[in-house]
Amino acid sequence: MTRLPARARTPRRPARARTTQPPVRYRIITASLLTVAALYFLTPVYWLIVSTTKNSADLFGTFGFWFSAHPHPLDHLADVLTYDHGIYLRWFANSLLYAGIGAVCATLLSAAAGYALAKFPFRGREAVFNVVLAGVLIPGTALALPLYFLFSSMGLADTYWAVLIPSTVSPFGVYLCRIYAAAAVPDSLLEAARIDGAGEARIFGGLGLRLMTPALVTVFLFQFVHIWNNYFLPLVMLSDSDLYPIQLGLTSWTGYADRQPVLYQYTVGGAFLSVLPLMVLMTVLQRYWRTGLTEGSVKA
Amino acid sequence: MSRDTLSRAAPVAPGRPAPRRRPRRATRTEARNARAAACFVLPFLAVFCLCFLAPIVYALHQSLYTTERTGPLGLGGREHEAFAGLANYAQALSDGRFLAGFGRVLLFGAVQIPLMLVLATALALLLESAGARAVTFFRSAFFLPYGVPGVIASILWGFLYVPGISPLVKIAGALGWDVDFLSRGSVLWAIANIVVWQFTGYNMLVLIAQLKAVPGELYEAARIDGANAWQVARHIKLPLIRPALVLTTVFSIIGTLQLFAEPMVLRPLASSIDSGFTPNLHAYSEAFVGNNQHVAAAEAVLLALVACGLSFGFLRLVGGRAKDRG
Repeated sequence: MTRLPARARTPRRPARARTTQPPVRYRIITASLLTVAALYFLTPVYWLIVSTTKNSADLFGTFGFWFSAHPHPLDHLADVLTYDHGIYLRWFANSLLYAGIGAVCATLLSAAAGYALAKFPFRGREAVFNVVLAGVLIPGTALALPLYFLFSSMGLADTYWAVLIPSTVSPFGVYLCRIYAAAAVPDSLLEAARIDGAGEARIFGGLGLRLMTPALVTVFLFQFVHIWNNYFLPLVMLSDSDLYPIQLGLTSWTGYADRQPVLYQYTVGGAFLSVLPLMVLMTVLQRYWRTGLTEGSVKA
Repeated sequence: MSRDTLSRAAPVAPGRPAPRRRPRRATRTEARNARAAACFVLPFLAVFCLCFLAPIVYALHQSLYTTERTGPLGLGGREHEAFAGLANYAQALSDGRFLAGFGRVLLFGAVQIPLMLVLATALALLLESAGARAVTFFRSAFFLPYGVPGVIASILWGFLYVPGISPLVKIAGALGWDVDFLSRGSVLWAIANIVVWQFTGYNMLVLIAQLKAVPGELYEAARIDGANAWQVARHIKLPLIRPALVLTTVFSIIGTLQLFAEPMVLRPLASSIDSGFTPNLHAYSEAFVGNNQHVAAAEAVLLALVACGLSFGFLRLVGGRAKDRG
C-alpha cells in the first residue's frame, strides 16, 4: 500500500520535465543563435588580444586572427608604458582622476538633492524636479561646445577643472535617488530621529545615505563609465596633452601613426590596457548593473 | 554618450505620499524643511546651473551675435561683437553640408536604431527563454562591448576595416569577395556596425531587467493554457517590455544625433568622411577650424532643438497609439 503512491509519482517526473523543457530542436536553434551573436561581440576583443602580442611589422604582415611566430606581449606592453617618459601612465591616472572623483562627487550631490526632493515638501519642489528631468533629455555634446565657450571666457578651459566640474553633474542620478529615497527611506524613521534631537545633516549622513546605498552604487557606476567613455568634452576642453584622459591620448597617437608606424603597435597595446580594468569591472559588478536597471525602470 | 546612462529612466514620475500637515506647527516645520532642503539641493543646483543652464543661455546669446572687424576691407582692426539677429541660424541652415549631415544621421538612425533594438530584443528573449544554456556566459559576452569606450571601439573596428591590416578584408578577398568597408557608400554602415556592437548588449540588459520584473506565474499560466514559446514571447513578453523599448528608442535618438567620436576617429582612415559628416562634427569644425564661435553656437542650439523635437515627437507618437489601444 505504501509503495503505490511512490510508484505512481515516479513516471510523472519526466513528463513534467518535458513540458517545461522545450524540445531539443528549439534548444539547438537557441544555442546556435546565441553562439553566432557571441562570435560577433567577441571577435574584435579577440583580435585585440592577439594583436597586443605583435609588433608593427607583424600587425601588417601576419593574419590578424592568429598569433605571429614570435609573440612578445609583455615587452610590447612595457614599451607602451615607458614611451615618451611614461605619458600613457599619466593619461591613465588622469582618466582615473576624472572618472573617480567626478563620479564620487556626482553621487554625493545627486544623493543629497534626490533625498531632499523626496523627503522635504517645499515650495518649488516640482519645478526643480522638472528642470532636472529636462536636463536628462538634453544631448550632452550639444552642451559641451557652449560650455567650452563659457569656460574659456572664465579662464577655466584647458585645466583639470574643465573636465571635472561638468562630470560632477548627473541629472539622471538625482532622478534615480529621488525615486529610491521615496521608496526606501521611511518617513517614520526620519521623524523618530528628529524627535531624538538629531540634526538634518546627521540624519542624512547616518540614515539616508545608508538606506540609499544600492541606488548610490548604481549612480556611481553609471557616472564612472560615462566619464571614462566621454570623448567630446575633454576633446573640446583640453589642449595640453599632460591633462588628457586615455581616449584623447590614444587618438593623438593614431594621428601620428602615419609618420611613426611604431605608434600603431602602441595604440593597440594602449587600447588593450585601457579596456582591461573596465571589462573586469563590468563583469564582476554585473549584479549591480542589473539591480540598478530594475530600480530605474520598474520601481517608479 | 548620454543615451547609455539614461535609457533606464522611467516615464512615470514617482508617486509620493502627500505631506502630512500639522496645522499648529506648520509654519515652523515648513521653515525648517525649506532650510534643510535648500542645504541639500543647492550644491547640486549650483553645478547644474553652471554646466547645464548657463551654457544654454550663453549659446543662445552667442548665436544671436557676430564678430565684426573694423578696418580697411574688414581685415585687421579691432574686433567687436554686434547683434546679428538670426543671421547665424540662416547661415547654418543654408549650409548644404550641415543639412546633408542632418540627413545622414537621420538615415543612420532610421536604420541603425530599429536594427539594434530588434537584435537586443531577440537576444533578451532568447536568453530568457527556457531553452537557453550558459546564460551567464552569453549575457556577459553581449554586455562586454559596453565597457569599451566609443573611441577605443572605433579604433578597434578601424583596424578591422582598413584593407592593409584587416583580417576580415583578407578573408573576404580569399573568398573572392572584394569589400571596401570605408568607401563612400558603405562607411556610414561601417559606423552603424560599431554603434550596434557597442550598445546592443546594454539595451538587452535593460530589456532583461524588465522581463525579470514580470511575475513568473504569468508565464506559467500561459504555458498551462497551451501557449508555445513563440506565443508567450509575442503576446506576453513583448507588450510587457514596451515601456523599456520606448525609452531605449528615445535615448538612442538623442545619442544618434550626437554622433561624433566614431566618424572623428575613422576620419584619417576614410577619405569619404569630411568635416561635415555629422552635424556635431560640422559644429566642432566650425568652432575650432573655421574659428566661427557664433555659427557653431547656432548649430549647437539647432542640434539640441532637433534632438528634443524628435524625442518628444516619438514619445507623443507612441503615447497616442497606446491611448488608441485603450
